[in-house]
Formats: sequence, C-alpha cells, structure tokens
Amino acid sequence: MSLALLFQYLVAGITYGTIYAIVAIGFNIIYNTTGIINFAQGEFVMLGGMIGVTLHTFVPVPVAIAGAVIATMLAGALIEMLFIRWLRRPSVLRLIIITIGLSIAIRELALLLWGEGVRALPYFTGTAVTSFSVGDVHISPQVLWVLGISAVMVAALNFFFARTLLGRQMRACACNREAAQLCGISAKNMVTLSFVLSAGIGALAGCVISPITYVQYDSGTSLALKGFTVAILGGLGNSMAAIAAGLLLGTLESFSIWVMPAAYKDVIAISILLLILFVRPSGLFGNAEAARLKEY
Amino acid sequence: MARRRNLPLLVMALAVIAVHGLAAAAGKPQYLTQLTMAGYYSLVIVGLTLLMGYTGQISLGHAGFFAIGGYTSGLLTTYNLHSRSSDTLVSLLRATGLLVAGQDLYGGDLLVVRPGAACLIALLVTVAIAYLVGKPVLKLRGHYLAMATLGFGTIVYKVVLGSSLVGAADGISDIPAFPLFAGLAVTGKSVLRTQNYYLAWGLVLGAMALLTNLIHSRVGRALRAIHGAEDAANAMGVDTARYKLQMFVLSAALAALGGVFLTHYNGGIGPSEASIMKSVRYVAIVAVGGMANLWGALIMGVLLNFLSLRGSFGSYDDAVFGLILLAIMLFAPDGLLRVELVRRLPGLRRLWGRTP
Amino acid sequence: MKKSGILATFVLTTLLGAGASQAKGPTIKIGAIFSKTGPAANLGGPEARTLEMLVQETNKKGGLAGYQIELIVKDSGSSPEKAISFAKQLIEEDKVFAIIGPSTSGETLKIKAIAEEGKTILLSCAAAEAIVNPVASYVFKVAPNDSHAARRIFEQMKKMGISKIGLLSSNTGFGKAGKEQVEKLAPGFGIQIVANEVYEKEATDLTAVVTKLKAANVQAFINWSIEPAQAIVIKNARQVGLSVPIFQSHGFGNIQYAKAAGPAAEGVIFPASRLLVADSLPATDKQKPVLLKYKQSYEALYKEDASTFGGHAHDALLLLGKALEKAGALDKEKVRAALESLQGVVGTAGVFNFSARDHGGLGMDAFEMQTVKNGKFVVYSDTAAKK
Repeated sequence: MSLALLFQYLVAGITYGTIYAIVAIGFNIIYNTTGIINFAQGEFVMLGGMIGVTLHTFVPVPVAIAGAVIATMLAGALIEMLFIRWLRRPSVLRLIIITIGLSIAIRELALLLWGEGVRALPYFTGTAVTSFSVGDVHISPQVLWVLGISAVMVAALNFFFARTLLGRQMRACACNREAAQLCGISAKNMVTLSFVLSAGIGALAGCVISPITYVQYDSGTSLALKGFTVAILGGLGNSMAAIAAGLLLGTLESFSIWVMPAAYKDVIAISILLLILFVRPSGLFGNAEAARLKEY
Repeated sequence: MARRRNLPLLVMALAVIAVHGLAAAAGKPQYLTQLTMAGYYSLVIVGLTLLMGYTGQISLGHAGFFAIGGYTSGLLTTYNLHSRSSDTLVSLLRATGLLVAGQDLYGGDLLVVRPGAACLIALLVTVAIAYLVGKPVLKLRGHYLAMATLGFGTIVYKVVLGSSLVGAADGISDIPAFPLFAGLAVTGKSVLRTQNYYLAWGLVLGAMALLTNLIHSRVGRALRAIHGAEDAANAMGVDTARYKLQMFVLSAALAALGGVFLTHYNGGIGPSEASIMKSVRYVAIVAVGGMANLWGALIMGVLLNFLSLRGSFGSYDDAVFGLILLAIMLFAPDGLLRVELVRRLPGLRRLWGRTP
Repeated sequence: MKKSGILATFVLTTLLGAGASQAKGPTIKIGAIFSKTGPAANLGGPEARTLEMLVQETNKKGGLAGYQIELIVKDSGSSPEKAISFAKQLIEEDKVFAIIGPSTSGETLKIKAIAEEGKTILLSCAAAEAIVNPVASYVFKVAPNDSHAARRIFEQMKKMGISKIGLLSSNTGFGKAGKEQVEKLAPGFGIQIVANEVYEKEATDLTAVVTKLKAANVQAFINWSIEPAQAIVIKNARQVGLSVPIFQSHGFGNIQYAKAAGPAAEGVIFPASRLLVADSLPATDKQKPVLLKYKQSYEALYKEDASTFGGHAHDALLLLGKALEKAGALDKEKVRAALESLQGVVGTAGVFNFSARDHGGLGMDAFEMQTVKNGKFVVYSDTAAKK
C-alpha cells in the first residue's frame, strides 16, 4: 500500500470516526446525568439533518442549520418531559425499552412526514466534486467542515462543563444526584438540559454531515449502534475518550475494506463492541472499579 | 396442585379446537394459515418470556436464534450435494440415510439432507451457538447485556444478508416440505392446512407444558430468586450463572424450533426474520403480555402476529409495535394484565389472583 | 385464568371480525403485494402509487375491459414471510383474479409456487430470471432482465475499448442480482473484473471502497444498486480523483439521485427505460405516447419524478387488461392463455412479446443507454459524448 493510499484511507476513517464520536458524546452527556442510554440518539442526528434540509427551502444554509438545531433541542426537551421526567424509579430494563420505543416512533414519524427519499444540504463550500489535493490524497472541503465544527463543538462543551455555572451543576448532578439536590440544584431540570444538549449536538452533526452522507428517515439506527460502540470503547461517560475511540473505530473500519468485503464493515464495529463488553466493559480508558460501582 | 397447574393447559387445548371450529363455522378456514404462523412465532415468545420475565435477562437479539434455526434447516435441505456424491463424506452421509435424492426445479439431480436430520442439526447448531454466546454475554448486566444481545442479533442479520451461500438478500426459496409420519408433513399446501394448524399448536402446547412445569419446580424458584436479587441468590448458594445460561439456551432452542418449522411451512426464509425489528417485536409482545406472564405473552403474541401477518396494520406495522412498546413501558410496565391501577383496588386484586 | 379468559374472548371476537368485501356489478378483484416500506421502498413506493392512480383512472373510464377494478394493496415491507401470508390470503380468502407484484425477486420466488398451486395469475414487478425459468404457467414478470442491462453496458464498454473494470454492488437483492449477471457475462465480452466489492445498503461514505478501485487501476467501473449509495459512490469517486467512465445500473433511473450527486453525476452512463428521456424521443417512437401519458399523470398527481420502477406496475395492469380483452371472459385459464399469446404490447419498460416459453416478454432493446448532461437525463450517443 502506497503512502498516499494510506493517507486516503486515514482521511476516510477520520471522517466516519468524527461522526461516531459526536453521537457517542451525545450518549455520554445523557448517561452521565441520568444513567440512561438513549437509544434514540441517532434519531436526533437524523432529525437535525431532515429539519435543516426542509428549512433550507426558504432560508439560507446557516439560518437553516441554526433553526434545525433549535428545533431538535426542543424535540429533545419535549421527549424528556413527556416520556422520562415523570417516571418514578424506573428500572434499567424499562428505560432501555422506552428509548427503543421512542427511536422507532421518531423514525416512523419521520417516514410519515418526509417519506422515504434522501435529502441533503448543499456543500458548504464547493460542490460534490471539488476537493483539496495534498499530493495524491484528495480531501473534500466538507470533510474539513465536519472536523472543524466537531472540534469547535467539543471545545465549547468542555468550556460549558468546566467554566459555566450550568455546566458545573450538571456535573454535580452526574457525580452525586442527592448531594446536588441538597445543594438546591434541580435534578429534574438537569436531566432535561442533558437531553437538550445531546439533541443539539446531534442535530448539528446531522446538518454538517448531510452533504456527504445524505439523510433518510432511517439514518439514525446504524449511527446509534456505532455511536454506542464508540462510547463503550472509550468508557461510558468519558467524552474525551469517546473522541479517541471514535477515530480508532473509524480508522479500523476504513482499513478493513482493504482486507475484507465491504459488506461486513458493520460486523467489525459490532465485533469490537462485543469484544470490549466481554473483556473490558469499562472501555479502553475507563476505570474498571469505577465502572463497577456506577449503578446500572 | 397438579390439577390446578394442568387446568390452563387443558383450557388452551380446548381453545385451540374451539378457534378452529369457529373459523370453519364462519367460513374462514384460511385463518388457520396465519394462526399457524403465529403459533410458530409463539415458540420464540414464550421462550423469551422465560428468559426476560422469569430470569430477568433482556435479549434484543432473539430473532437471531429463530433465523439460525430456520436458515440452517433451509440450507441443508436445499444445498445440492449431487456434484459431490463421490466425496467420502457425502457417500458416508448417504450410507447412513441422512440424505435424500430427488429432482431440482430444472429436472436435474438433487441430493440434499433429509428434513428430519436437518431439523435436528439446526437445533444442535443453535444450542451450540447459544451456549458459546451466552457464556460471556450473560456475565453482563443492564445496558451492557442489552447492547451485547443487540450486537449478536445484528451480526446474525448482517451475516445472512451478506452471505451468498444462503441467498443474501433474497434468502432461500423452494425449501421442501418436512414429512413427519402417516402422510403428515410440515408444508404450506392448503390440503394439509388443518393438520399443520394442529401440529403447530401441539408444539406450542408442549412448550407451554414444559415451561409451566419448569416454573413451578425448584428451577423456577431459583429463577425468581435470580430475577429478584441476583447477588442475594448467589450468596444463598444458587448457581446463578448456570441457571441463566440454561434458560438462555432453552429459549434459543425454542426459538430455533419455531424457526425450523416455520421455514418448512413457508417453504422459504429471508433475512427479514433475523432483523432487529423482529427482535424488538418479540420483546414488545413479552412486555405487553406481562413480562413474567407466559399465558399473557402467548395470547398477545397470537393476536398481534395474526393481525400483523394479515396486514391489518398496513404500512405502520413497525410503528404499531414501537408504540405498543412505548405505551406499555410507560403506563403498564407489568403488562396489560396487571396495570398499576389494579393493584390499588384490593377487591380486584383478590379476583385478579397471582401469577399462573 | 380469568384475565386470560377475557383476553381470549377478545381474541376470538377479533378473529371473526374481518369480513370479505362484497362484489357489486361486473368487477374484477386484483391483489397487489408491494414493498411500500422497508429495504425496497424505492421500488414498492412508486409501484403502489402508480397502481392506485391507474386503477382510479381506469375505473372512471369504464373499467378494465369493462370490469370495475377492486384493488387490494398489501405492504410486505420486503419480508418474504409477509409476502407468503398475503399471497395465501389474497388467493384463498379474497379470491383475487390476479396478483400484481411483489417488488423484489426474493419475495416473488417464495410465492411462485403458491400462485401456481392457487391457479392465480401473478405479474411480478421483479426482474430475476429464476422467476420465469423454469416457467410456471401462471407466473409472469414485467421487469426486464438484469442480464440485458449488463449486456448493454458491456457492449458500450467494448466500443470504448475498456477491458479492465471494477464492480461495486449493494447487499440488496437488486445489487446481488446485477453482480451475478455482470460476473457471468464479463468474460464473454473480454472484460476482466479486477476489483469487486459489495457494500452495505446504508453505507454513507464509500471513499475507502473507491480508493481501492483507484489502486487497482480500473479503466471504468460499474455500480449496481438502487440506494442513495449510488449517488454517494460517484461523488466519492470524483473526489478522490478517479476520473474513469462510471457506469450505473438501471437503478440509477430516478432523477433524484442525479440531483443528489450534483456535478459528480455528469457523464455517468447507464441503461434504463426510455421513460426517463420521454420528452426528447423522436415523435415516431412507439413508446413515446405511453411514456408521456404515464409520466405526466404520475408527476401531476404525486408531485414527484416518475421512476422506471413505478412503470412496472403500469405495464402489469396494461398487460392484464389486454389479456382480459383478448380472452373475452373473466376466466383465469383463458386470460392466462391470452397473456401468453400477447405480442407487441407497448409498455413503459419496452415492447412485450410473450410466449409459452417466455414469460418475461422483454429483450435487450427494452433498455436505452442514457447519460446525465447538465443535471438531466439524455440519450447517450458516442458522438455527443466525445464533444
């Protein structure tokens, strides 16, 4: 394999990996605050993309994206308030099944509203065929947008959690819910906020990736599985690790095409998931003891 | 005690006959077709109820076992070994009577595995896979267990979808009938419709007998202990790992049995039988039936599968099951038959009784 | 057991609830099994919509050969078990005269025997040769063979002097069927497949796959799928600098994919029904009036571009109508025999000529080589391409 080819595969891997990482971060935010794994996370990405495209028919792209993000955040809040907020001490099983049911419901609703066709926002810069060339390696400008916006998102999230009052309140809630409540933090509102945040970042990711991958009513399903794999791989709850894990998985998938049929690409991700679950459920970067202590 | 336990089984047998009678009387004997199919799906559902409701282990990939059973039997009964009849292995199999010769669609020679043998092999293969997968997977709990089973189900789906050996997206067609005895065969032909109906429901009755006996035995009590508080049960000396694995394998075997028989009944199988939506449906039905309620799951399973197979839900099939799942988990997590409201009313509670 | 008893009663009442619809006047009951949702929704959706539209139009104009059509459409979601259940239901309970569909070959093969046993005419909208080979007397198909499409592509390649190609296909029934035909026929045209990849239907980025093609130094490549991936793959190919001629299957025959791929779609060559270029056909073309009529009614009613797949449902109904006229009676065997004897019926997919041994009716001329120019489908011509 030539060096140029290696880099080409690497770029492809980093592109996929970044999207998986964003979905994983969405999982982590909700998991940290609530202990829930939100199976409908992929649907937030899908909704962002679909709403963005619909809005684009009458407003320019940046406004459409902003609108899509806000609309999806509202949807996230609505979902949390209607379906999760009022449950009292739900069991893990119950929550898993509820989010699965939600994922299906949102998907079918999307099918009803938008039909089965594919949609995409236009490329932010350039067209479907423009690309930068570094030697023999070609990169679409949209890929740079994906990487750039993801980096900005992660930086913003870090800032939010470390420096803002709201962010610190959410972290307090994640660490120790009762103690946070004793300090006057409304745990219920923190939960809603976590859904809103996850929905927002998912939606942004959906908009930015849609020119490359298109969105369809069922785009969310496979994303959720990959996103979860990445979240577990990095260690549930650890968002920086999720980024590393996402890049790792993306690259592995990309290089796998060199050695095995592309039809089995998904099987790789799942096999990695199963391997990690069997061997080291706390993830590559997680603390095994801490993971065991965390309530399921 | 024994009489009380066997009463539901007797009622079920009578109900099966009654439904047939009613359908015939109403001039709709064709309903038996979908009832038969629903019956085979019920084998998966009651096995899953045992696993999820009684042992407390969620499985989001159980359609995978159904598919492994169906595909193995389908493949073995259609893969033509004629071109290899000179191979030692093939001649050996032929000598032991495991193979059967015939003619393929184009009039050429066909040499395939006998359906009876294929069925046994399919069950053994599924049990083996369930054992190998179950051992590591059942060590996990909560979200991790859910995801691992989801992952397993997805792998089975992707493999049957991607493998040209089993027809990839088209699946396997022209699967022969499974002859049993005295002219009875598992087939979709309308002349044997009634017989196949009783065959399917006979199997389900047998499965229910097995499971109800299991639940009322020492094993059943151990399962309830595991479901209630696994660590405590462990501390009390219950071999939780062994029981969980046994129930996992048993439920997988039941699913595979349903898979084999339905495949021969339908004369074909496709990747859709292994899809995650199918697994989610099974979970939805178990939940709506009442998690730990074998009879509830059975009845809801028959009803919902029957309606689904007749297209009553139209294009919203998946949506219906998704909404059912959502509604049940939100408002009646113990199933429709034990809505939380009912618990508050003491009189009704006495009437409602306890778990069968 | 009381609670179960209540439920049991509920079950029984539901079971007996459904009743068969009554016939009124001279009617013909037609059943349809389509994949309106699921993996083949791109096929079944347009097919179902087409049939519903045509049935309404036909009934207003006096019916099919004088019979008012009672249409029963079932959505199988590409699940063979549902297709089987619906087929039995339609044949045994609803006692339909004929069944149009299913949309996929996998489902059709599963109900072939059921239709034959039930002596009900089946007009499948799927393309697999196995549907009509071996011939079952009641089973017909209206979609052209994938082998014809592959042959047209290879003929074009020979003209262009291409001998080393890459093959990409999706893991759906459509992709698999095409892959088999391409692999089978390539050697006969002296063409070597040096890179052969199957990707997943949901694939959202195929850069790694096209990079592999580039590394294999292909002179051209064929992509055989009907998913959005067919637009993604050509985008990715151009982005990594793979500038060789790209061939697609007839699955590309839906303008939304050309639109989605934007400039990457320019110059892509593919065989497809003339429906896509109906406007630019010469006035003498036999198919032109049929194509334009269908295209205009569909686009007016549903506000979406007509697809060649929807055309299959159109052709199925057309053929059934002609056979009914020819037979002169609502008799399954007579209509079946009439179907077999139909010659020169102009449909959207081509001109149909059936016979006792040919229940497919279409030949290689069903396809027209087309390309994308300025975002529109145009007939491909070597001279125009060289400009």
